[in-house]
Amino acid sequence: METTQVEKYDFDVVRWFSIMAVVYLVIGTLVGVLIASQLAWPWLNFDIAELTFGRLRPLHTNAVIFAFGGSVLMATAYYTVQRTCGVRLWSNKMAWFTFWGWNLVILGAVITLPLGITQSKEYAELAWPIDILIAVVWLAYSLNFFMTVAKRKTSHIYVSNWFFMAMMVMITYLHVVNSLAIPVTLWHSFSVFSGVQDAMIQWWYGHNAVGFYLTAGFLGIMYYFVPKQANRPVFSYRLSVIHFWSLTFGYVWLGAHHLQYTALPDWTGSIGAAVSLAMIIPSWGGALNGMLTLSGAWDKLRDDYVLRFLIMSLAFYAMSTFEGPVMSVKTVNALSHYTDWTVGHVHAGALGWVAMVASGALYHMIMKLWNTEMYSAKLVNLHFWLATIGTVVYITAMWVSGIMQGLMWRDYDEFGTLTYTFVESVAAMHPFYVMRAIGGMIFWAGGAIMLYNVVMTVRQANARRAVNAATANA
Amino acid sequence: MADQIHSTKLQDKIERNVFALLFALLIVLSVGGLVEIVPLFYLDETMEHNQHPEIVWERSDEQKGVALGQLVATGGWKAGDGVRPYTALELAGREIYIREGCYACHSQMIRPFRDEFERYGHYSLASESMYDHTFQWGSKRTGPDLARVGGKYSDEWHRLHFRDARSVVPESVMPNYLWFETTPANANRIPRSLRALKAVGVPYTEADIAAASSELQGKTELDAVIAYLQVLGTMVKFEDKDYRK
Repeated sequence: METTQVEKYDFDVVRWFSIMAVVYLVIGTLVGVLIASQLAWPWLNFDIAELTFGRLRPLHTNAVIFAFGGSVLMATAYYTVQRTCGVRLWSNKMAWFTFWGWNLVILGAVITLPLGITQSKEYAELAWPIDILIAVVWLAYSLNFFMTVAKRKTSHIYVSNWFFMAMMVMITYLHVVNSLAIPVTLWHSFSVFSGVQDAMIQWWYGHNAVGFYLTAGFLGIMYYFVPKQANRPVFSYRLSVIHFWSLTFGYVWLGAHHLQYTALPDWTGSIGAAVSLAMIIPSWGGALNGMLTLSGAWDKLRDDYVLRFLIMSLAFYAMSTFEGPVMSVKTVNALSHYTDWTVGHVHAGALGWVAMVASGALYHMIMKLWNTEMYSAKLVNLHFWLATIGTVVYITAMWVSGIMQGLMWRDYDEFGTLTYTFVESVAAMHPFYVMRAIGGMIFWAGGAIMLYNVVMTVRQANARRAVNAATANA
Repeated sequence: MADQIHSTKLQDKIERNVFALLFALLIVLSVGGLVEIVPLFYLDETMEHNQHPEIVWERSDEQKGVALGQLVATGGWKAGDGVRPYTALELAGREIYIREGCYACHSQMIRPFRDEFERYGHYSLASESMYDHTFQWGSKRTGPDLARVGGKYSDEWHRLHFRDARSVVPESVMPNYLWFETTPANANRIPRSLRALKAVGVPYTEADIAAASSELQGKTELDAVIAYLQVLGTMVKFEDKDYRK
């Protein structure tokens, strides 16, 4: 089939982004396991500044979001846009520029964040010179994508490309506005905004980094790879149109729900909560659209491990997009805000949805790009189970600890005084912090197995190609 | 068959033209942000000091000629006199607070609930963080809220706590910050920090900037962080007041 068309497209850059994505998955989650363990056993901070939780936590988030997530998004966008448009990339050189530029950003993050160089905006910590590099690379990535779509051979733009484009536009808005800063030195700056306005802009950024980078972009992945892997058309074209426009219009409003009951005016938080509730509809519409693509072919899940990743990711997507609106309701938020429940919710999305759908897509691509089967299908299956179990252990620990924290903080005894001191709530978290670290470790082991499997697959494919070339020459 | 329209004419048009799709996205994606963010810059009700000017400290003209650190040390500004910019030492402490990522585990935003009132104090006002570039409200309480930690513990307690958190709070999971007491506060950079903040609207005077370096002479990072923590939440007077009326 299409596996013979490898030379027809610019796939080398896709290969490299794919490999780096797997490498960054392993590194990013390893840092996550370390900082999770630091909360369970604080001596793991080692009294070394560069290894303290406060400095490594942004390294973890940046590594998984920008290094892993970014590599996946660039690999899949470059791959799918060529496949769905039937043309090569508008500029292969520019794609390579984004590869080196993006990895330079990641190198910058690895160096600066442990040194304490940060803007203190969650998920936007990187110093202003790195922010400028991010903007340049991102615009090159977007331009290349748009121009490739513009010269497509098909009459209509395929749905996965709509989602990628929405992500590219929105991330440009978010990154530029939220990073506006006044430099003090080369590595130090202050946000030009302050207090309540800065908070709203940060969480407009923060939630839409989730909403577009980690959702719209990965929905683009879903809309290509689920039908491809299942070898069936998307369940409903109309549903995808509704899914797309309601998601793009609605997600933008949600940031305000991060600031319920704060000094942000009530009207803003309430709008955020109201739209958040409404977002269940497009989110579940999209999840169903992906899952029902399999209707009549559910038996494929029995032996197609890659498809398992994709479908399980949609289950987690549906779960966390139900949980999110629930948490944005003011009465629930009063309890859940500031607790581990939020951390659990993020990881339900990040591990269960983003990493799972990405793993499925990466396995699919690697087999196509190297024109081979995976080195070990059994290891793909093992990875699937480790990822699933690790995620479930992680989010369960955070549900229990988060809700327990929230309840302990607001608990009163019969004399009308607070029952618990703050530090009693910290002590009560210990078993769940241990459990969370174990869940993370299980998930990380799955990623490490994936890396091994991918390396062996590529080596095998390269060796076979060398033998074929040798026999051809002989 | 290829030309059959499966949705609406508009959708079909957008799907066939990448620039139409791009244009539609540029508009659709900007609405929510514009509606929620832009009014915060001009609606008077957003900041409490528009109704209650006493929330913000008014610095007299003669006080503008004296450096802020000097003024605070000599009683020219007292706790409760209203929101003011941080002194050079407090600001240096705040920069260390940011560098160490303290916001990852400590919020500075008290919500209007009974338990938070009893645990942390009066709920936070928007005006209290009006000079906080970048805001430090935080999103997680692995440790307690710090919005009103100022004055709650002695300087000596903080010294012990930063050196070895578990020596004073056995259940704590906070890292130790041994390097605070051995590292001098960054006196070279601090005037530039004040000048940058002045450029984005924080009312520092030339006197503040001129004296900034000397105010950090002989001070360690530990002194700076403690100075910052000790002023948090102490600027506004809350007795017999309801600023949200």
